Amino acid sequence: MKILVTVKEVATVEDEFEIEGTEIADQYLGADLNEWDDYAVEEAVQLQEDGIADEVVTVTIGPEECEQTIRQALAKGADRAVRVWDDALEGVDLLDVNAKTEILGAVVEAEDPDLVLTGVQAGDDSFGATGVSLAEEIGAQWGAVVNHLEHDLEDGVASVRRELEGGVEELTEIDLPAVLTIQTGINEPRYASLRGIRQAQRKELDVQHLADIGVDESAVESELELTEMYEPESESDVTVWEGSADETAAELGELLRDKGVAQ
Amino acid sequence: MTDVLAVTDHRRGELRDVSYEIITAGRVLADETGGDLHLAVISGTVDEFADDLNREGVDAIHTVDYGEEFNHDVYTQATTQLYDELAPQYVLTPNSVNGLDYAPAVANDLDLPIVTDTIGLETDGETLIATREMYGGKVETTNELEGEAVVTIRSAEWAKAEGTGDASIEAFDAEIDEDAIGSTVTGFEEVGGGDVDISEADVLVSVGRGIEEEDNIPLIEELAEALDATVSSSRPIVDNGWLPKNRQVGQSGKVVTPDVYIAIGISGAVQHVAGMKGSDTIVAINTDPNAPIMDIADYAIVDDLFDVVPALTEEFQ
Repeated sequence: MKILVTVKEVATVEDEFEIEGTEIADQYLGADLNEWDDYAVEEAVQLQEDGIADEVVTVTIGPEECEQTIRQALAKGADRAVRVWDDALEGVDLLDVNAKTEILGAVVEAEDPDLVLTGVQAGDDSFGATGVSLAEEIGAQWGAVVNHLEHDLEDGVASVRRELEGGVEELTEIDLPAVLTIQTGINEPRYASLRGIRQAQRKELDVQHLADIGVDESAVESELELTEMYEPESESDVTVWEGSADETAAELGELLRDKGVAQ
Repeated sequence: MTDVLAVTDHRRGELRDVSYEIITAGRVLADETGGDLHLAVISGTVDEFADDLNREGVDAIHTVDYGEEFNHDVYTQATTQLYDELAPQYVLTPNSVNGLDYAPAVANDLDLPIVTDTIGLETDGETLIATREMYGGKVETTNELEGEAVVTIRSAEWAKAEGTGDASIEAFDAEIDEDAIGSTVTGFEEVGGGDVDISEADVLVSVGRGIEEEDNIPLIEELAEALDATVSSSRPIVDNGWLPKNRQVGQSGKVVTPDVYIAIGISGAVQHVAGMKGSDTIVAINTDPNAPIMDIADYAIVDDLFDVVPALTEEFQ
């Protein structure tokens, strides 16, 4: 069985930051492997270790700078990586769900995996929609917000748990091939070993342009336009206790006594 | 293309709150587009649900009597067929776990743009202006799109529709292609269970990512013991396996309403806040004065929890 994992490098933001136009100013941004995708990579690698998957391939839409993040996934055990980038993607403010779907769909068509794993959402734009949209595009089945996957995948069926709201889980059987969007907590993502990091440098990282995968440049023209970005207004009228730890702890202690919840 | 179609959410025989909220969101848009607000209620006891959903502002309710519980293939097929029949400008769904399990498929099927997890919606009839968050709630953005769209709305952002409406209620004869149904729900399970019900606690000492490592959890447990309180947590602590699932507060965990909620090293992601904002008094202990938890806290200590928590424990020991 072949598993394709979508991997995104997301922007991380410092506690204090400034906004320039519709972007956070560069100096306040970092980059990291999307948290949810980390769990998806781990799940795929565990399926490989369990003898279910023969090959784990990652796919990323991103510029050359994100190769370090892709290498993280390779260091954790993915076999090879595909990275899609194109001049047409430079300077695109917001790559919408349809654009991502079309690009990833083309890669899925070329790779023909039995199972696609994606993170539930990306930590930066938080659309949470690409996995299911991709499934519909490629005519596969799907499951969103999966927090448990049985690894036997018997008879071409994935038995999963979907994490619903309010502490309820749904047990679902999904026909393969399928796209599963992976929720955090499904496993414990590993740290890359030094050996893994060394090996990752030698693994194949294939770069594709839109034309290579048969996607027209017009696909990246987002129908959704980001027009404004601002810090949310605080609704707070919080009382902040100041002073040393002993002093602030004493304030909190007094509050708890006043409320009658501590003696 | 002026109407609005809003699809409702239910589970195990009960409509979920967002089903009433989506009426409010949909009505605002329909007023601007000059069209009607259509509701869809798919699967389950649809006639009972339709009566309950017949609130002020709803023009028509379409019931799809097929199956008992949510199945994403049934929802996708029924919603796309309703779209074909009604030709609305906007299709609204909840941004719930189930909403995210079919709305993107509907958008892809209909070749429409999708904008998810919206917290504000406006339209002039042609351009939709959607407000949503990015970077875990650190920023808000406005996003514009022209023409028809699929839009998912975050729960608890719009008021629940009240009053009694005079909507037409009609059964919609969706042609569900059973061969295309590729998943089967086999059951539901409450998670956690266990010895402690955090939703019953009067005082919760709740721990988040700021605790850094598992070895530090006893620091919180000692404080809870000194206060005769119960330990709860935000999602990452449970994801890491440092506390069992029955301790998780939030959208996917438990909703709690204690007298006092002490949030220690919790930044306050929207999913967490959804589970604890009903607490009577909220105290935040966090090094980041701009953390979202500060927006809903009544009291705050902006300091290192590793200094404050031991001092507080000592005070009550």
